[in-house]
Amino acid sequence: MDEKLPPPSPHEQEQLLERDRISRRSFLMNVGLAINAAVGVLLAVPVVAYILGPVMRRREYLTWVDLGDAAKFNPGETKLVSFRNPFTNEWDGETANIPAYVRTAAPGRYTVFAVNCAHLGCPVRWFSESQLFMCPCHGGVYYADGSRASGPPERGLFEYPTKIENGHLLIEAGQMPTLSNRAAVRPCGEQSQPTLVKRIAPCPGTDEPTIG
Amino acid sequence: MPWYRRTYDWLERRLQLEGPIKDAVLHPVPKSTASWWYVFGSASAVLLVLQVVTGILLALVYSPSASHAWNILQVLNQQVPLGWFLRAMHGWGSNFMVAVVVIHMAQVFLFGAYKFPRELTWIIGVFLLLLTLGMAFTGQVLRFDQDAYWGLAIGASILGRVPWIGGQLVHLMLGGPIINGATLTRFFALHVFILPGTLLVLTVLHVWMVVKLGINEWPMPGRLVRRETYIQEYNELAHKDGLPFFPGAAWKDAYFAAAILLAVAICAAIFGPYGPTGTPDPTVINTVPRPDPPFLWIYTVLSYLPPEMETPFLLIVPPIAIAVLLGLPFVAGVGEKSWWRRPVAVFTVMFLAVCWASFTHLATSTPWSPKMNAWSGSPIPTAFLEHRTPLERQGANVFQEKQCRNCHSIGGSGGERGPALDDVATRLTEDQLIRQVLLGGGNMPAYGSTLSPPETTALVRFLNTLHPNYQPAASDASRAVAEQGGVPPASTVEPGNGQHKTQ
Ligand code: FES
Repeated sequence: MDEKLPPPSPHEQEQLLERDRISRRSFLMNVGLAINAAVGVLLAVPVVAYILGPVMRRREYLTWVDLGDAAKFNPGETKLVSFRNPFTNEWDGETANIPAYVRTAAPGRYTVFAVNCAHLGCPVRWFSESQLFMCPCHGGVYYADGSRASGPPERGLFEYPTKIENGHLLIEAGQMPTLSNRAAVRPCGEQSQPTLVKRIAPCPGTDEPTIG
Repeated sequence: MPWYRRTYDWLERRLQLEGPIKDAVLHPVPKSTASWWYVFGSASAVLLVLQVVTGILLALVYSPSASHAWNILQVLNQQVPLGWFLRAMHGWGSNFMVAVVVIHMAQVFLFGAYKFPRELTWIIGVFLLLLTLGMAFTGQVLRFDQDAYWGLAIGASILGRVPWIGGQLVHLMLGGPIINGATLTRFFALHVFILPGTLLVLTVLHVWMVVKLGINEWPMPGRLVRRETYIQEYNELAHKDGLPFFPGAAWKDAYFAAAILLAVAICAAIFGPYGPTGTPDPTVINTVPRPDPPFLWIYTVLSYLPPEMETPFLLIVPPIAIAVLLGLPFVAGVGEKSWWRRPVAVFTVMFLAVCWASFTHLATSTPWSPKMNAWSGSPIPTAFLEHRTPLERQGANVFQEKQCRNCHSIGGSGGERGPALDDVATRLTEDQLIRQVLLGGGNMPAYGSTLSPPETTALVRFLNTLHPNYQPAASDASRAVAEQGGVPPASTVEPGNGQHKTQ
């Protein structure tokens, strides 16, 4: 193997570098580095904007979704419905079908709950016999009006804003509810909450939505 | 010269790799490091290679499309010849890799191998652990089934608790406002390019440093690490009482690597691939999401944290834990290496191991979760219904119908969220039972609005029969007094008969 090129010894390397330290070549090298840095920053802008894309278009996701004829929801019942997420692509498949619970407390009074547990988002189940929502993940339980009954959740179920148009029930949807979208704790008005649901449940007797 | 020799020389003249490789594998190591305790690092690397290979093979078929991924897994399981086996190898390889990496870390910690001059090796190792866990989680997402879907929902809900930027973080993680196709493609990019790329680069650095700085010698009580003298002492150990790494120490690594690969293959063949469970359809809400084995302990912790502590805990503890791990070599970078002289270190490892084991075990039975079908699936044992009045039996009906059973067990079956009620009557008087049922409390929902007065009466009558024959139901002594017009009975205790309920 004696045909190998001998690498320059460290000493030789030092000398070569030293010779070039202050010279036209080293100046050009520095300029070259600077140009690359500038181009790098320039390219970083679209890259970062691309990555942050889903964050920057936040509010456009929400829109009113038709849940169908309001008359089909019987008073006193809580019904599991599902709707197609307003903005979806074909390849989203089943994931774009979003479930929700419609509660008809009295004729014409609708509350629509997200199925996502306010603890960590698991799907809660409705038990009409005991009038409770139970969560399969960590044992969170909610009353029929969505307020917290027991377990790890620190607030009641998330509610969609609702309205009635031409006899149809509409909800404002398009986003997975988490504690970050308008779940801030707001003090309730005059009526103080019963002690059982004293945590951060939505104020009783109001229609205040808790999903932003 | 035979042809292969000539080929080798032709290649070597151009590649010139022989020298550096020989240096690396033949470098002397202290004799004490040729131990079975030192095989976990190389085993982690071998498992990483296994994961890369099986991962690439799965990628030949997989497609990260939310509407197809689940079906493709079915095709892999059912139709592609041995597709099930490769899925199983990849899944079990992941479990083994997490386990071996953690064992490797514990061993390095107990042997003081993170001390001078190997601080950076440890720090990179911490990142390798985090990346390995990241691979496990993102891999679970690619198995795009119900568990993956709800695992993402849990991840997003945790991120959503971050103050101020929580909402943005959720959208960044999901690639939009909901879990959908964009989410799967992001996790695909993470699992297939970003995380493994970083993992491989850091692994090379990690191994490079092991070669350059030498394998940690077997710690001896009293042999302290000093910055001034350690390198010299180590070189003496390695050269005077050492042996070349290959084959002196490496044969044990080779044996163990083969054994662990075989273990993965056997587990894969016997237990088969993970899932997929149901389709990732959020409208199918009759599901019980469970995380993969490496994350079961977190599942338990999340269930037992008090609600008020949850957000601070989730947001503060992980950064602190990582900071502690990263800071360790700077705080304890010199001094005693031997576990005989480091009781705190030993107890920390034992404590964490016991916590991990019990949390993981609890997560397999989930006593905190209501049993969703106990009310219709577990009838009350007949022993509890014999010799009961019609009213009491009606109460048993109410007990089942109102799903009390989902949280309370009777005769050993039913939920474990609330206390077992086999002998509840010995603990609560009738009045207390009524109050507990109607008002709830102590983590029990109030049933005041769901039970009619007759139902309540029947239910409580039934509950009042739940006591062993040798022990009477609890009763309120003042009631007897009131019933007798304020005159206390001579005695509620009859000698030889014990207490009995005064009606
Ligand atoms: S997600 Fe429902 S209790 Fe945790």
